[in-house]
Amino acid sequence: MIDVENLNVTFKSGNALMHAVRDVSFFVEEGETFGIVGESGSGKSSVLRAIAGLIESTHSKLSINGKPTSARQARENSRLMQMVFQDPYGSLHPRHTVDSILREALIIHSIDNQDKCILKAIADVGLGVEHRYRYPHQLSGGQRQRVAIARALILSPPILLLDEPTSALDVSVQAEILNLLGRLRESYSLTNILVSHDLAVVAHLCSRIAVMQFGRIVEVISAEDLRRGKTKEAYTAELIFASRGFSRVS
Amino acid sequence: MSEILLDVQDLNVSFPSQRGTTKAVRNASFTLGRERLGIVGESGSGKSTMGRAILGLTPSPGIVTAKKITFNGENLLGRSEADWQLLRGRRMTMVMQDPKYSLNPVMKIGHQIGETCRLNLGVTGQEAQRRSLAMLDAVKIRDPDRVYNLYPHELSGGMGQRAMIAMMLVAEPDLLIADEPTSALDVTVQNEVLRILDALVRDRGMGLIFISHNLTVVSSFCDRILVMYGGKILEECKAKELHHAKHPYTQALIAAAPSLYERRAELATVVRNPEWLK
Repeated sequence: MIDVENLNVTFKSGNALMHAVRDVSFFVEEGETFGIVGESGSGKSSVLRAIAGLIESTHSKLSINGKPTSARQARENSRLMQMVFQDPYGSLHPRHTVDSILREALIIHSIDNQDKCILKAIADVGLGVEHRYRYPHQLSGGQRQRVAIARALILSPPILLLDEPTSALDVSVQAEILNLLGRLRESYSLTNILVSHDLAVVAHLCSRIAVMQFGRIVEVISAEDLRRGKTKEAYTAELIFASRGFSRVS
Repeated sequence: MSEILLDVQDLNVSFPSQRGTTKAVRNASFTLGRERLGIVGESGSGKSTMGRAILGLTPSPGIVTAKKITFNGENLLGRSEADWQLLRGRRMTMVMQDPKYSLNPVMKIGHQIGETCRLNLGVTGQEAQRRSLAMLDAVKIRDPDRVYNLYPHELSGGMGQRAMIAMMLVAEPDLLIADEPTSALDVTVQNEVLRILDALVRDRGMGLIFISHNLTVVSSFCDRILVMYGGKILEECKAKELHHAKHPYTQALIAAAPSLYERRAELATVVRNPEWLK
């Protein structure tokens, strides 16, 4: 469904060129949840942003359902894929109510039955009608992330891109959001790409996981092999070892 | 745990406001020896507030009361600011989560560490510089001479965190309260920082209070763990036995975390019981 070949992203910093993503290629099947893990600066978020068209990139292929993304109009693109960001405080407009945050996309895309759509979206992410006219600051972090997910899903896109969706949340709230994402994946038949620094989170939701370091994909590993520690590359093994907690030996 | 370094009995911290008083810490009692004590809990559980209260850093209008807080047998209650200055920085200190906000942005790293030496150890000039460089080396910064002359914004997150630890430890305190010291760091860097703290407890006999929300880190790093919820210490257990925790809240927290070892279809959600706070 999502086909990426030789994706490169560079940033200019002063006179120097920063090569954030180097020759990244992967394919995501329809209905699959594909994970990307890596430490800060590994380029994992840049890959996601390049797919969403938020940053410029060069590539030999970047297509969705066989159609290159560059050929799409912005409006068409937003019905195809939506993104959920790490920080629910920063990604919702502070002076808009939940209702107007959700309604905006419906107005742009001239969709009828807006009230019905909004109520369905609110219910789908586990919020109540009482949250409909609240402002983001009147909601908890977990509720805000639910609103961000509802906003992403209100156009029913087949693809949902998740950039560290639970990193700013407490572990109990994270569990609720991860369960929600798992359920929505079924009910909306979503294809997901999940980016996270947390191996346990990625292994929980994803079937296949790309491990990134210094802008490159080091290896693509199945969640099963990740749990068993069956890695091909030393860096992946190091990452798994470090994620299992502190060790006094070595 | 042979000797008791810190003894806290019935610590309460509350913040009065127009809408009533918020109890941030409720009747917390614990002791600390020359060991690693982990405090875990979710946001708002009072773990950081408790750490700050021990160091006399509760912001206004917070009210701290306790039956007893002693450090090396010395009473910590009702001290004047001048009295605190003799203790804080020198014998007990704190490492915060984010080096970006805790280091002075317009002062070179070396000078910040040197300042701690001058103020707390009474050494000056070359001796302060020598100790600062030695401390940067001790926290495994590869090129201490270069880092000495850098400003905080020129350091990566992991380096900044190590510089801050160096600054706090150069005075060789007996007690270090580390508030989420590794939460902003990558996992591989996190373990390096933990190794530094571990060596300090082992080699210098420092007492360490390690505040974190990360159960994996705390259970693998600490000796004992306090679990906090709503300002109350719900449970105390040996770190290695955390997975046999008795309190339903602790059990729920463990079950709510995704596991790297086994596949879980749905994660357990935490059901809270107001009875726990009574």
